[in-house]
Amino acid sequence: MALKSEMFPVMCSADVVKVRQVVRQWAAQLNFSLVEQTKLVTATSELARNALEHGGGGSMLAELVEDGARKGIRLIFDDKGPGIPNIELALKDGYTTGGGMGLGLSGSRRLVSDFQITSEPGRGTTVTIIRWK
Amino acid sequence: MSVFQDVMKSNEGAILAGWMGELESSTRRSDLINDTDLRRQGEELLRLFTAATQLSSDVQSDAFASTREFLREIARSRMDQGFTAAETALFILALKQPIFTALKSSIKDSSDLIEEVWLSSNLLDKLAMLTVSSAVGFREQTILRQQEEMMELSTPVVTLWDGILALPLIGTLDSARTQVVMESLLTAIVETNSQVAIIDITGVPTVDTLVAQHLIKTITAARLMGADCYLSGIRPAIAQTIVHLGIDLVDVQTKAKLSDAFALALKRLGKVVTTIKQPVAKNKDA
Amino acid sequence: MDRIPILKFGNCLLVTIQVDMHDELALSLQEDLTAQIAKYGSRGVLIDISSLEIVDSFIGRMLANIAAMSRILDAQTVLTGMQPAVAITLVELGMVLPGIKTALNVERGMDLLKDYLAQNEEPEESDGSEE
Repeated sequence: MALKSEMFPVMCSADVVKVRQVVRQWAAQLNFSLVEQTKLVTATSELARNALEHGGGGSMLAELVEDGARKGIRLIFDDKGPGIPNIELALKDGYTTGGGMGLGLSGSRRLVSDFQITSEPGRGTTVTIIRWK
Repeated sequence: MSVFQDVMKSNEGAILAGWMGELESSTRRSDLINDTDLRRQGEELLRLFTAATQLSSDVQSDAFASTREFLREIARSRMDQGFTAAETALFILALKQPIFTALKSSIKDSSDLIEEVWLSSNLLDKLAMLTVSSAVGFREQTILRQQEEMMELSTPVVTLWDGILALPLIGTLDSARTQVVMESLLTAIVETNSQVAIIDITGVPTVDTLVAQHLIKTITAARLMGADCYLSGIRPAIAQTIVHLGIDLVDVQTKAKLSDAFALALKRLGKVVTTIKQPVAKNKDA
Repeated sequence: MDRIPILKFGNCLLVTIQVDMHDELALSLQEDLTAQIAKYGSRGVLIDISSLEIVDSFIGRMLANIAAMSRILDAQTVLTGMQPAVAITLVELGMVLPGIKTALNVERGMDLLKDYLAQNEEPEESDGSEE
């Protein structure tokens, strides 16, 4: 169901800037409203940064998807880092292991239409988000 | 199938006449489309259809591309003119009778006839389905567009004074509408350089947890931007609901009446309303 | 490496963030600002983000840090020009920015700082006691 698909590395902070710009472009092309674009790009920034800082670097797969009549953008953030031992805890507002505000994961979930996370300690983490138009 | 192709080719005129006759006696809707346009559409469709059937029996194939395009156009114009989707489908389906008549007179063997009748009927059914789908799709687009327009119209932002905005909300607030409301208000705050925005909910019948959350989010966002937001028009019933639901409005400045909120806003801006003590003298200017 | 320019404006510092900052740039801004507040004894810091289209939790943290560090150096931070889409997203993210005052634009922000500093002026001869 992916109409377009492109993979981007997330291995340094310049990559985080790059994927923000890419997602912005894709969202603009799909005519998302300004607020919808901002939410998606912000979620991208959070998750890319997570992959970089907690996951030791990874990748983002960007896909243009279709579900019947509606179109959307799907982003899959993947890293092969230490993984998250307690996902439920990680998804709580304010929980942080990095001295941050603890809003990256839980906040991103509120910014998108679909949010899925799988993680295994020792194997890595994959976060999939979709924003439908 | 090849018999069908031949029959279509050699009977185009008769089929067209039969078709127009069918339409005349059934759902003519002459109030929505005149004879000339109807005939013209029929001719064009029949021409495209006949040409397509010479090449293929698959309505999704390239041979039928221009037929499909034409049907989409018919669907769009019929929807605009006010036809129902069913009436639009009947336009296509009315073709069956004249085609059957033509087939009956050309094919003697009854099992062959049944074969060709089935094939042609199938073809026309598929085309009718396509047309209905297009028609419904166009209808949905129109409804969506109207909904958006209504949402914009029903959330006007009013300038009460230089630097003071009011947003009188009327009607129910659902998730989609609240987003629009939020964005219009915040954009207006920036554009008018306003320091205070008053959200008046006199016209909102019910406030549930979701609506309250949305309002609180709007107010928080306005504050983040550097403007103050007051909530006014809270009827006693709404105040009760808010308490019962356990919604915390501790951070939000609220007033029962819009006028009170306005007075507060003026004060916030350091402005005061006074009575003019003396009337302006009449013959001041010579 | 490029750095974000900081302007001195009387006893205040003015920063306009116009680029999509990467992490190192954000961190160097924090350092530079703190250094300059200390150097000039600035009482106010105005950060204009009217060109910022994205404020994620990292930038939010940076802003909160700047406000906290300035506070310790006795300076007040004002954030100006937040775009509506950014404000809406921050609220959705659940981010609060403690210790930061906000204003619609630089002009308002300056007024805010002036008023605030006037209210919190220290007496000329300090006898060791706070107002």
